[in-house]
Amino acid sequence: MDLTETAETAAFRAEARAWLADHVPSSPLPSLETREGFAAHRAWEARLHADRWSVVSWPEEYGGRGVDLVHWLVFEEEYWAAGAPGRVSQNGISLLAPTLLDHATAEQRARVLPPMASGEVIWAQAWSEPEAGSDLASLTSRAVRTEGGWLLSGQKTWSSRAAFADRAFGIFRTGPDTPKPHQGLTYLMFDLRAPGVTVRPIGRLDGKPAFAEIFLDEVFVPDQDVIGEPGQGWRIAMSTTGNERGLTLRSPGRFLAAAGRLTALWHAQGEPADTALRDRVADAVVGARAYELFTWAAAARFAAGGAAGAESSLNKVFWSEYDIALHETALDLLGADAERADGEWAEPWIFSLAGPVYAGTNEIQRDIIAERLLGLPKGRR
Amino acid sequence: MRFLPTDEQSDFARTLRSLLGSAQVPAVVRAWSDGEHGPGHELRSRLAATGLFALAAPEAYEGAGLLAPELSLGFVELGRAGMPGPVVESAAVSVLLSELGDEALAKRFLPGLVAGEAWATLTLPGGSGGGPYALDADAAAHCFAVSDAGELRLAAPGEVLRSTDPARRLSRPAAAGGELLAAGPAVTRAAAVTGRWARLLTAAQCLGVGEALLARTVGYVKQRTQFGAPIGSFQAVKHRLADTLLALEFARPLLWAAALSTAPGDVAAAKLRCGEAAYRAAMTALRLHGAVGYTEELDLSLWLRKARPLRDAWGTPSACRAEVLRPVTPG
Repeated sequence: MDLTETAETAAFRAEARAWLADHVPSSPLPSLETREGFAAHRAWEARLHADRWSVVSWPEEYGGRGVDLVHWLVFEEEYWAAGAPGRVSQNGISLLAPTLLDHATAEQRARVLPPMASGEVIWAQAWSEPEAGSDLASLTSRAVRTEGGWLLSGQKTWSSRAAFADRAFGIFRTGPDTPKPHQGLTYLMFDLRAPGVTVRPIGRLDGKPAFAEIFLDEVFVPDQDVIGEPGQGWRIAMSTTGNERGLTLRSPGRFLAAAGRLTALWHAQGEPADTALRDRVADAVVGARAYELFTWAAAARFAAGGAAGAESSLNKVFWSEYDIALHETALDLLGADAERADGEWAEPWIFSLAGPVYAGTNEIQRDIIAERLLGLPKGRR
Repeated sequence: MRFLPTDEQSDFARTLRSLLGSAQVPAVVRAWSDGEHGPGHELRSRLAATGLFALAAPEAYEGAGLLAPELSLGFVELGRAGMPGPVVESAAVSVLLSELGDEALAKRFLPGLVAGEAWATLTLPGGSGGGPYALDADAAAHCFAVSDAGELRLAAPGEVLRSTDPARRLSRPAAAGGELLAAGPAVTRAAAVTGRWARLLTAAQCLGVGEALLARTVGYVKQRTQFGAPIGSFQAVKHRLADTLLALEFARPLLWAAALSTAPGDVAAAKLRCGEAAYRAAMTALRLHGAVGYTEELDLSLWLRKARPLRDAWGTPSACRAEVLRPVTPG
């Protein structure tokens, strides 16, 4: 049991810190959930990539540094502590890339990963449909065989930043008459500007237009953009949801930085006699530390060859509910100023409210925890 | 950096777990509650044979050095088994005498504590995280008391009071009298370190108690059938248990980190989360067992009744939260 950093890891940390100190924009970029901000964040991705900081854990041939999870966690800690911009490429990097690394052909990886690393191609996810949310396997958007590829038709929705993104990935029904709903699905990638694609932005609770629904009308997808075997889409998609994604979607560095800002706010304007608020600030500090340490332990298990599996559900419930509690505490410390939309905490608070819903609702995650980690019997949802 | 117990540490925990698993601890707890300390004393000797108590004493006095990580993993097992007695307090006395560095005192008491010859208990000044009561002084061979003024005495235990957990007995050591063992700033300093260790080991015990409560409850909801289905298949039941597991799983790494550093903030964070997770596990266990959970007959009660006192012993949640924020609390 050990928490000491090796000299090599410490040197990597120092290198990351120095680079970030030199390059992080001095004033925040416009929100990445707007057209203008999206472009600014795309340029930032290129900047990161130029010095090979955009995807440190990827193999070097795709633009990474080939470092392990511990180094990635260290980089993330430094990244968020430096107040660096949000990652506009995160859905591609944390959802699609692990799938490609596990299931795609060498040709696909060589073609798709480098422009993802540089921000030249930014990816949106296309999982949910109007009638298929938590019950994702009931999806009905279909891909029909045509010469040299597939024709996509149907509707996807709740696709973050699809209004500005370049390409999307998702699963589609290719075998309509299978006995079980999660059979006959195929994982594929498509161009959001291809003929037959209509993207309609949906205003979100935070007023940003970055959410979207995607209408597909016989959109051609060449065979080279199918990942894995047709009909295996469900297995392929799920194999990475329970894998490192649980760890890499929200790094501890992000919450350590936020807890640090909250602590500074408490120090600056907290009322020592208000122990109710003090307790919540303490809980935020302890929660960020717990999440960090939980992740170090998980990283050690990965290094020893263990798999995360359903444990990523513990992770997801924890960070999403922690994030809301942290931001609510900040708002309570701010008092009347909490309401100001231009405040430092307002936008992240509204964003935090979506956490228990996206990436698999927390209700579904709790079912997974109970059934797969505690061994409780399946029942009606 | 490998933030997981080593194979050796895991083996040690497994050894304790299997020893305690076959020791019929529930019967020991029930006897202890009735004031029959014999079976508890006997189990203490068997625990000492594993080297558990040696982990809180220096090598010069038959110990293994003060090894907080190993000791903490051991105390998780004591909690899981529901072990009665002043286990934390005996280890804390051992730490106190080790820290004090008084050779005569160390020689007089430490080898006996390491060998598991007797229990000891203690109270520390409020500033060191202690409360007014010595635990199980009626079963301990020695009751130590450190005063606010930095005097360490062997105190008369005083009148025994009942706890909400019948397996715990409280007494307020006499404020004056008894043999004066040491005095001065060194005592106060040693008491501060001791308070942190007591808090750490209580956190470990809490984690074990919480895990035992969760395991028993999961077992129960799988076999208890209502409406033609195991109640564990109902979402309302599943989600309570998922939340219980969540709290325990995120408390555990805090305990490990606290054991590595024994720093005040780390120890307070571990105690806060382990204590809250155990109490939450108790409330979930009570609810999901239904009426039978509210009975003394069911062994579940032995852990249920421990969860609340342990959550508060050696640092209430409020005291721990204050400690976590001490460096940044506005003045």
